Amino acid sequence: MGSITLKQITKSFGATEVIQPLDLEISDGEFVVFVGPSGCGKSTLLRLIAGLEDVTSGMIEINGVDATQTPPAKRGLAMVFQSYALYPHMSVRKNIAFPLKMAKLPLQDRDAKVEAAAAVLNLTDYLDRRPGQLSGGQRQRVAIGRAIVREPDAFLFDEPLSNLDAALRVNMRLEISELHQTLKTTMIYVTHDQVEAMTMADKIVVLQAGRIEQVGSPLELYHKPANQFVAGFIGSPKMNFVTGAHAQKHGAETIGFRPEHIAISQSGGTFNGIVGVSEHLGSDTFLRVNVEGMDSITVRADGEVALRHGDSVSLTPAPDKIYRFDKSGNAL
Amino acid sequence: MATTHSRVAARFMLSPAVLLLLAWMIVPLSMTIYFSFLRYNLLNPAIDAWAGWSNYEYFLTDPAFFAALTNTLLLVGGVLLITIIGGTLLALLLDQPIWGQGIVRILVLAPFFVMPTVSALVWKNMFMNPVNGLFAHAAKALGLQPFDFLAHAPLFSIILIVAWQWLPFAALILLTALQSMDQEQMDASEMDGAGPFSRFFYLVLPHLSRAITVVVLIQTIFLLSIFAEILVTTNGGPGYASTNITYLVYAQSLLQFDVGGGSAGGIIAVILANIVAIFLMRMIGKNLEA
Amino acid sequence: MARSISRRRQVVVTLLAWAIGLAIFFPILWTILTSFKTEAEAIASPPSLFMFDWTLENYGEVQERSNYFRHFSNSVIISLGSTLLGLLIAIPAAWSMAFVPAKRTKDILMWMLSTKMLPPVGVLIPIYLLFRDTGLLDTRTGLVIVLTLVNLPIIIWMLFTYFREIPGEILEASRMDGAQLWDEIIYVLTPMAIPGIASTLLLNVILAWNEAFWTLNLTAAKAAPLTAFIASYSSPEGLFYAKLSAASTMAIAPILILGWFSQKQLVRGLTFGAVK
Repeated sequence: MGSITLKQITKSFGATEVIQPLDLEISDGEFVVFVGPSGCGKSTLLRLIAGLEDVTSGMIEINGVDATQTPPAKRGLAMVFQSYALYPHMSVRKNIAFPLKMAKLPLQDRDAKVEAAAAVLNLTDYLDRRPGQLSGGQRQRVAIGRAIVREPDAFLFDEPLSNLDAALRVNMRLEISELHQTLKTTMIYVTHDQVEAMTMADKIVVLQAGRIEQVGSPLELYHKPANQFVAGFIGSPKMNFVTGAHAQKHGAETIGFRPEHIAISQSGGTFNGIVGVSEHLGSDTFLRVNVEGMDSITVRADGEVALRHGDSVSLTPAPDKIYRFDKSGNAL
Repeated sequence: MATTHSRVAARFMLSPAVLLLLAWMIVPLSMTIYFSFLRYNLLNPAIDAWAGWSNYEYFLTDPAFFAALTNTLLLVGGVLLITIIGGTLLALLLDQPIWGQGIVRILVLAPFFVMPTVSALVWKNMFMNPVNGLFAHAAKALGLQPFDFLAHAPLFSIILIVAWQWLPFAALILLTALQSMDQEQMDASEMDGAGPFSRFFYLVLPHLSRAITVVVLIQTIFLLSIFAEILVTTNGGPGYASTNITYLVYAQSLLQFDVGGGSAGGIIAVILANIVAIFLMRMIGKNLEA
Repeated sequence: MARSISRRRQVVVTLLAWAIGLAIFFPILWTILTSFKTEAEAIASPPSLFMFDWTLENYGEVQERSNYFRHFSNSVIISLGSTLLGLLIAIPAAWSMAFVPAKRTKDILMWMLSTKMLPPVGVLIPIYLLFRDTGLLDTRTGLVIVLTLVNLPIIIWMLFTYFREIPGEILEASRMDGAQLWDEIIYVLTPMAIPGIASTLLLNVILAWNEAFWTLNLTAAKAAPLTAFIASYSSPEGLFYAKLSAASTMAIAPILILGWFSQKQLVRGLTFGAVK
């Protein structure tokens, strides 16, 4: 069991409202990712669910029961912090066992559960070390181990990978996804990295300035962004936006098209420009094309394209992949 | 940032400390203010009539007050001068690579841990005594007349004793500040052709200025209240030659039993200390934000 | 070439530093040495530094004539008692201010500091009279109370600066792990803060041990700690140098030893974190 329902919750610090009235339904077993730029309120929202902050108004239900006033210790949730927040004075074993000790579990059961969790997370050899003697990835696993031993109704992750180097981040991403496959427990995951969101989530919640911009599966957000913000935030490299005459031709204030949906030709395309920067990765080629009278356009082409700085090029967005937005940025 | 739960708990856990300190500050202080307006003598407890400002008038016009005020300023100023200059030089010296640095540090620091009554008595008897003190022995060995420090230069002698106690404090704090100095900055200035003196005046001294200010303010707070050293060496004398305000208030109230006059003096001491405290608090407060 | 110059410089600097260090330490060394002399040797002219008949009789006599150990135990009880009581009050207070800061936390901290700046002479008379009327004059209890209050701001401040270095996320993690407030303080905060608490304790014992305004004014014979006991040597009895030295040595030795352990914390504690 691990369904969480937020009903019209808000949060203000003094006069500033960091979470505007917000509803959200998270069903049991879902992997939900909160994503958005820094300061959008995603971490605050997570802390409200955890109970580390009070909501200013509204209601939080966990498993159908009102938990708005329940202290964090009693909510049955486990959290993995950005800094891992391991107890530096305890061995790995004691760190993982701490929630069980707080739950007053008998010593033998504790040991068995710790050993089991350590086996899953490849920590068996490190059980008697202190957190200070571990690498970043190992600390991360201890933090996860501490969360899983108590078999919570849901896991909360607060940007857990942001302190790891790039290679390790990809690995841990896979491990967390696998963990979710195995445990089938609800997970709520906060990140500012849309790649993490796209690769891990069943459901993505895009937040901006304390508001939900869109909720949906990764591909829904990719294919049907509700507004210009989501369109720009999801997908890498970013969607190109064009205003003015080109947009009016499509009956919109702004049009957008993704870098991967642009055809390249010698001439005769919609936009003619000059290559500013070209990045050749072998598998892909990224071009930044300077077009007179508008912002530069980013193009992503499959394989190797033999274009260099200063070459002229003509670009044509795929007509069925053009997104149209009105004055206030909503999708048409 | 936290929840109502933890905020309530926090207020609950903070309140004993706050209430105790509040009581400690308000109750006696308001009593002192009240007494300072009374004609109240412990030898004559029957009379505790309202005295208006007369205690203050009496205290402030008493020639002893001006002597004490001058002595207080000389004591504070003299000790500050010695400890700041000496402490800076000592810190610069100890910051150099020396063999046995740890032991030298311990030797230098030791006087700070000596209780005031001990250091005052040791200096008074074993060093400054005109007959048997070491200084007297030294003078005689050089064929000079021994000098009776505490009789002829009482304030200067007390300044020396107090400076000996506080020099380690200044040196230690300035040394700590020196060690946080950016070595690359020093290297860069050396590359730029700065000599040791210009490096000291343009880099080291500005870096130390904050620590020096802190030392000045904290020492001032403590030095305004110097008491034990005077009590065991000179008893404020001869005459009022080594009486400071703290000692004067003590003498007025607990030796002459004049509670009213003593209280007025106490309030004046509080006002003087507050002037220093305001500056010190501003410095510390700024640090709290950083 | 450069190396030999810096080598020579190091020799000079070392000699200078040792000379100054020994000069500053000399009064203490002299006191310790004198405590092992006979009274006659203590005032002999010219005095001898090491070449005398070492004796322990002064130590025995100080104890015999003035019951030195009573004053010693008064000092221990007063300094330890006031420190432990202070910690008991200060740990929860510092916890709240470090981890649940409110709008007024800074003001409260500054106000606490300001009570430390109050010159003791400003409140001497009322305290003296209150103590006289409640029978606390010349009692250890009375001094424990006063010294607790006098040093409480320093204890709270030191603990606060140490606690502030502990990341709040760790305490939040314990809350998520099911810890109640007391579990949080006992199992997580206190063990992590042990070094800070220990140095606070150390520095505060030193300050209380050497405190000489209140101990001199509020005690007579019974509860007098060493500060007040030594002050009694300001009478002509102080001319017995060897005995004065023995009493002084015993009074400062424990704190000299503790003090050497607390050099680093001293700076932080006495500057309220303004210099680290």
